[in-house]
Amino acid sequence: METPVAGRQTPDDGLSCELPAASSRPDSAEIAQAASDWRSGYVHVPFCARRCPYCDFAVVAADEPGGVETDRYVDALVAEIGMETVPFPLDAVNVGGGTPTRLQPAHLSRILETLDARFGIAERAEISIEANPEDWTDDVARTLRSIGFNRVSFGVQSLDPAVLTALGRVHSPEQARSAIRAARSAGFATTNVDLIYGTPEETDPSWRRSVDGVLDLEPEHLSAYALTVEGGTGLSRAVLAGAPAPDPDQQADRFEYVAAAADAAGLIRYEVSNWAGGGHACRYNLSTWMMGEYVAFGTGAHDHRDGIRARNIRRLDAYLTHVEGDDRPRSGSEQLNVFETERERFMVGLRLVAGVDAGTIGGPFLASADGKRLAEAGVIGTSGARVRVLKPLLTDLVARSVLSVSADDC
Amino acid sequence: MTALSRIRNFSIIAHIDHGKSTLADRLLERTGAISERDMREQVLDDMDLERERGITIKANAVRIDYTADSGVAYKLNIIDTPGHVDFSYEVSRSLEACEGALLVVDASQGVEAQTLANAYLAIEEGLEIIPVVNKIDLPAADPDRAAEELAGVLGGTADEVIRVSAKTGSGIDELLEAIVDRLPPPGGIEDAPLRALVFDSFYDSYRGVVSSVRIVDGSISKRDAVQFMATGLDVEADELGIRRPALEVVDHLATGEVGYLITGVKEIDLIRVGDTVTHTATPTEQALPGYQEPKPMVFSGLFPTDGDEFERLREALDKLRLNDSSLVFQAETSRALGFGFRVGFLGLLHMEIVRERLEREYDLDLVATAPSVAYRANLTSGEQVWIRSPQDLPDVSSLASIEEPFVKVMIITPSEYIGTVMDLVQQRRGLMGEMTYLSPERAELHYRIPLAEIVFDFFDQLKTRTRGYASLDYEPDNYQISDLVRVNILLNGIPVDAFSTIVHRDKAYPYGKAMVGRLRELIPRQLFDVPIQAAIGTRIISRETIKAQRKDVTAKCYGGDITRKRKLLERQKEGKRRMKMVGQVEVPQEAFVAALKLET
Repeated sequence: METPVAGRQTPDDGLSCELPAASSRPDSAEIAQAASDWRSGYVHVPFCARRCPYCDFAVVAADEPGGVETDRYVDALVAEIGMETVPFPLDAVNVGGGTPTRLQPAHLSRILETLDARFGIAERAEISIEANPEDWTDDVARTLRSIGFNRVSFGVQSLDPAVLTALGRVHSPEQARSAIRAARSAGFATTNVDLIYGTPEETDPSWRRSVDGVLDLEPEHLSAYALTVEGGTGLSRAVLAGAPAPDPDQQADRFEYVAAAADAAGLIRYEVSNWAGGGHACRYNLSTWMMGEYVAFGTGAHDHRDGIRARNIRRLDAYLTHVEGDDRPRSGSEQLNVFETERERFMVGLRLVAGVDAGTIGGPFLASADGKRLAEAGVIGTSGARVRVLKPLLTDLVARSVLSVSADDC
Repeated sequence: MTALSRIRNFSIIAHIDHGKSTLADRLLERTGAISERDMREQVLDDMDLERERGITIKANAVRIDYTADSGVAYKLNIIDTPGHVDFSYEVSRSLEACEGALLVVDASQGVEAQTLANAYLAIEEGLEIIPVVNKIDLPAADPDRAAEELAGVLGGTADEVIRVSAKTGSGIDELLEAIVDRLPPPGGIEDAPLRALVFDSFYDSYRGVVSSVRIVDGSISKRDAVQFMATGLDVEADELGIRRPALEVVDHLATGEVGYLITGVKEIDLIRVGDTVTHTATPTEQALPGYQEPKPMVFSGLFPTDGDEFERLREALDKLRLNDSSLVFQAETSRALGFGFRVGFLGLLHMEIVRERLEREYDLDLVATAPSVAYRANLTSGEQVWIRSPQDLPDVSSLASIEEPFVKVMIITPSEYIGTVMDLVQQRRGLMGEMTYLSPERAELHYRIPLAEIVFDFFDQLKTRTRGYASLDYEPDNYQISDLVRVNILLNGIPVDAFSTIVHRDKAYPYGKAMVGRLRELIPRQLFDVPIQAAIGTRIISRETIKAQRKDVTAKCYGGDITRKRKLLERQKEGKRRMKMVGQVEVPQEAFVAALKLET
């Protein structure tokens, strides 16, 4: 067993399992292929202290109407998990939000126990939780580790106070640093740091300081996202009203910086926006990108099983009404046909650095006018039977061309 | 009294909005040709488009009966004329069928350039003119000033000017009396062989070609065997009639009368406006002086937005041509825009009307290229070729010179705007001719100017600079050698015909720079750097680069919400569908349209 960076130790808590070896490179075809067979579970916790201006997830902030007692919500989650009729063992569990740490450890423990009782959480599963640095004390870290979490993902976003303020984040850069240290000393196998680049208040030097500062803490996993203006958010309203929007060229520059810095720090990029050390690729996310099956609970959660994609009601009150009335809180679903499934597999899989198996659509796509143009421009390439996007920042452009391939072409 | 002496044939000449149609309506109503209850506003304009634009495109003739104060019953034929400069050819045909004309001006606006141009045309045709000041009821009316201007233009006195309000009916009786008193009856020899002038014809899908005719000599009866002299077409007069304004079938049209003739002929080309109709058995020896073929002045490429609509566009143009023999077109292929037609028009308004009719009546979605004029290229071989599209221009090495069409422009403007008008015309390479004051407040300016300089937004500019007060008229005036060059626009090294143009050398650089700049804004970033260049021959005069696109990705694809992500990409893909590939470059459809709205 070997880790790319000296000093980054993986506690032997069972993460290395029958799943691909912990030493597998995160960007290997082997791990990508394996992920398509993994099954995972997602639990959504919609509560937040406040709403961040860029966030368009299903969230209820403490200062907004519509909040409920967290006890009631957890009861509903437990009830919803209990509605499952065809459970399967979970290779990965992710508790996300929102801010899951708005729940008491007892709540979180109850959720994991319920999932385990209903589905069975594999012995060496990845069990991950999202957290805000300001909530993450040594106590919290130890408690959550003790109830079974072995991965934590921090919404650090930046180490520049001005940028944090612009993003509506309440933690300080120092809180971010101490949260990461606390996770490590509590024995979390993987600590992830989320960063956001391209906030108009951010400068090139401030971005470099954020990236360098985070990498100095040697996280096992790094996600760096370009700030995206989602419709209906405070950010989108501000931009419509004339506030500066993120500049795509500047974001490209920032991406190039973080990519180079992460590489120098021994992290390996395995998806458009994700880097990890050996054995630390996020299993839950890998499975969603590889058409793995996943169950999902809570407001606005998305589920994928038996070729059916289903989504839950986003509104908290409506969700509760359904669940408490013994109804599945679904707001819709879609079943893709064989071709659509194949196209989706290919399209989403292209986000991975390992690329995606050509399958039945890869050939026609490469032979299409768009495919040829993209290959000629060096945007896509092949390695063996896999098709890969070589310029990750143009992945959506490639995806749109994939969507232009019709069933008749295959 | 003879029958001839009780006929008056006249036109109404007026500027758009000066109330010609309302005046015609009032004459119809006052003489009982149409009851007030049936009165549809502006009866003579029967096409929707005309009504909307307040202009008359097709000439029409309506007969009304009028019993004068003297007790004599007259037949008055109102021969309607188009109001716009583009249709001066149609105006001349209508005037040929008349002995007199009412020259109508708005009491608040005074004389306008187009009115004056048509008035001069009428005077040249030897018509008797009755000056009329309309809209005297308007609060802003200044009938005295308008009357003075009219009298000045016509060389008469202000008290000869009839003052009316077509709206209220005031002065209409006096006008009717003036028509029978002051306009001459038709001449013509009643027992001579038939000579009838075709002054208009239109296509009716049930009846075939319907011709408006003026009987100059002799007479015509139903079932007569007649000949159209220019084409030699021998047919039978199936139906004769008049409009009152409803169609009324008659058995006979006598000397001096105006009516319509239906022969069952379906091809409008066989019955040419300006032709003479005579009896097959007893033909006249001398046809009436014919008209010239209308000459297209302005050319534009029309391309269906959807390439599959090409055939429908052809059919629509064919149908329009049935009614509009001045419309000429030929198929054209553009590298950028696909298959379409190069269409020739009488002028800018004509172009706009045709395009609107194609889009509205035939439900076509069109891209029109910038209008251009017909150049004449003199080759080194001594040969001369017509250039109707920038692509037609031969290589510089084989070109001796290029000639461009000039027009004589008349502008009437309030005196305070003379400076800005002169400035505009100078920018457009205009050469000043004479300037006369119609009154201390208004001047008439004459220029000689290349047609190419006015086909594009000149009229809009003139209106803007003079707050809408100036009016414009122009007539063709010879070709002349100019220092012209073709500016090619190259996208990624490939010339794009839709953006190329022929301009004066002095304007090549500003044009190239502006077009290149505009395209850089309009064309989205591609996978690679795309140079946009403007070139004269091989010499690059302007260059910009569209930098390669670097980021097109949603950073996050999380939470398993693949459906939403895919739908977003699908919506974005729809936008991409409206792109045209020019070489390796994707160009949005809008770019072609927007780039042509370029102001240099």
